[in-house]
Amino acid sequence: MTATTQSRFQGTDRYIATADLMAAVNAAIVLERPLLVKGEPGTGKTQLAEEIASALDKPLIQWHIKSTTRASQGLYEYDAVARLRDSQLGDDKVHDISNYIVPGKLWEAFDSEVQPVLLIDEIDKADIEFPNDLLLELDRMEFHRPIIVITSNNEKELPDAFLRRCFFHYIQFPDKDTMERIVEVHFPGLKKQLLKSALEVFFDVREVPGLKKKPSTSEVIDWIKLLVAEDIPPDALKSDNLRSSIPPLYGALLKNEQDVHLFERLVFLNRRNAR
Amino acid sequence: MLVDFYQHLKSARLPVSVTEYLALMEALHSGVADYSVDNFYYLARAILVKDERHLDRFDRVFGAYFKGQTELFDKLLGEIPEEWLRRQAELLLSDEEKKRMESLGGFDELMRTLAERMREQRERHQGGSKWIGTAGRSPFGAYGYNPEGVRIGQDAGRQGRAVKVWDRREFRDLDDNVQIGTRNLQVALRKLRRFAREGAREELDLDATIEHTARNAGWLDLRMVPERHNAVKVLLFIDVGGSMYPFVQTCERLFTAARSEFKHLEHYYFHNFFYDFVWRDNRRRHDDTIPVFELMHTYGSDYKVIVVGDASMSPYEISVAGGSVEYFNEEAGEVWARRMLETWPNAVWLNPVSREAWDYTQSIAMVREIMEGRMFELTVSGLESAIDSLKGRRQ
Repeated sequence: MTATTQSRFQGTDRYIATADLMAAVNAAIVLERPLLVKGEPGTGKTQLAEEIASALDKPLIQWHIKSTTRASQGLYEYDAVARLRDSQLGDDKVHDISNYIVPGKLWEAFDSEVQPVLLIDEIDKADIEFPNDLLLELDRMEFHRPIIVITSNNEKELPDAFLRRCFFHYIQFPDKDTMERIVEVHFPGLKKQLLKSALEVFFDVREVPGLKKKPSTSEVIDWIKLLVAEDIPPDALKSDNLRSSIPPLYGALLKNEQDVHLFERLVFLNRRNAR
Repeated sequence: MLVDFYQHLKSARLPVSVTEYLALMEALHSGVADYSVDNFYYLARAILVKDERHLDRFDRVFGAYFKGQTELFDKLLGEIPEEWLRRQAELLLSDEEKKRMESLGGFDELMRTLAERMREQRERHQGGSKWIGTAGRSPFGAYGYNPEGVRIGQDAGRQGRAVKVWDRREFRDLDDNVQIGTRNLQVALRKLRRFAREGAREELDLDATIEHTARNAGWLDLRMVPERHNAVKVLLFIDVGGSMYPFVQTCERLFTAARSEFKHLEHYYFHNFFYDFVWRDNRRRHDDTIPVFELMHTYGSDYKVIVVGDASMSPYEISVAGGSVEYFNEEAGEVWARRMLETWPNAVWLNPVSREAWDYTQSIAMVREIMEGRMFELTVSGLESAIDSLKGRRQ
């Protein structure tokens, strides 16, 4: 066991990790299992890998999965078309196959001097057989295994055999306290009052029933960024105003036409009832 | 005791296997989590649960199993050999502290007393004191690393919060035994998509052909792939009887989901059970009926049939000619249903009535018998089994 030598992940100054997230990450690091991360879009699944890498001072290798990605591409790709072209042109390179081998991300992770953090992003986008194929490749990396973070958006069911090898963490949408801490690390010294009102508005908007895409952490951070840039006074966000008016710059929070309509209609109804 | 806990998880139908159990042991062994209830809970959750739909169930089992078990860590530590404790202590001590400890009789000596103390204290514990290491009775306390005092019973407030973590049951919405909701429906929809993606026919794969021809030094090498087109054809029958009103919303959602997923989706309405006619447009149901025979001739046996209905009616509506509540049917509903099953052998019945209530309604039992057991609850997990059944993977 390497528990004593391994450094532990505690979150970083840019990333607030909850206790359960830390437990999962550390377990995955120590036991050298891949960590499967799920959660609402915008709760920082992808960012987690970046932060683990920077916190532990390890290189980060990102492998973004597309619908056409195959597991073997993680190892290498053979550029047969280039070779065909070269052979037609009578290029000498054609006799050496290594000229047409493009190393993949797993190869890179294998080759790395120090243990890297390998991010396999949105694994559910790939073909349904992909995780099983990947498993085989990962199992072969018996020594020198990278810290593997896998994210999924639940588009496809992952196979059981694959899940057995992984640890799992579901990033909950942060509660108010955690959210305050998150905003604090992104905007140190933000006026207390503005922060409080902004978060109140934000959590109210999230409560609106029937939203297609609820705003999440990344949206609130963008929104606050805008509020600060536009120098909106905290009073404009007061909750008694909220019921009868649309919060300023709400375009950063709601990204869907239908949601905006729904929201405007609700505000309109509220205003009429208040009269 | 962890074996017991594991058995409890199993009986709560959480898909845990020996692999996970061993991983949890390994994790405890390597000292990933310090010995607080919080961290043990988080660790166990990360290792044993693989799907957010199961988180709530896990919380419930964890809560029920460890409820009131203040001696949890007594028991856990009882299972942990001395050397692990030592590793734990080594983790926490600085060199300077270790040196100071030498003056108290050396590290080994201390570890031995520590183990003894713990055994002793476990007994005392049953005598009534709540936490293992309370006031600074042990020499370890002075250095602030005492695994008993500091690590185990850190403070009451923290402990109290920890219990709430699973008692809060934050993941309740994600449990797949809950009836279909907006979010759950998205998950369900993806299940449908999975089964829609599997085409069977072969077509030319242009890219692979080029690639393999290239590999083949220019000699033509044809490659075929299964067609990815959505080849699945679905016939959806929806019950619009009065007893279905409480489930209208659920059905609407399912319908919307199915609608966007299948290119070949035909839907028809019926009332309570199948007879000579169904209809297409619910508002014009009395003047725009379609004979079921016509459907049988129109849609081939490659169509998969999904029936949505509560199957709750008078038994006569199924078994007796003239039993329909709407008109005099010349043949019993059962005859029609069996006829349809012959035409479309791939069929499932989705029932919005919860599974526990099925046994109390005679007509549900009859319909299940007709469907040869292929009746599933209209929940995400039910839908999943239904789709498995449609694919021919009977469970």
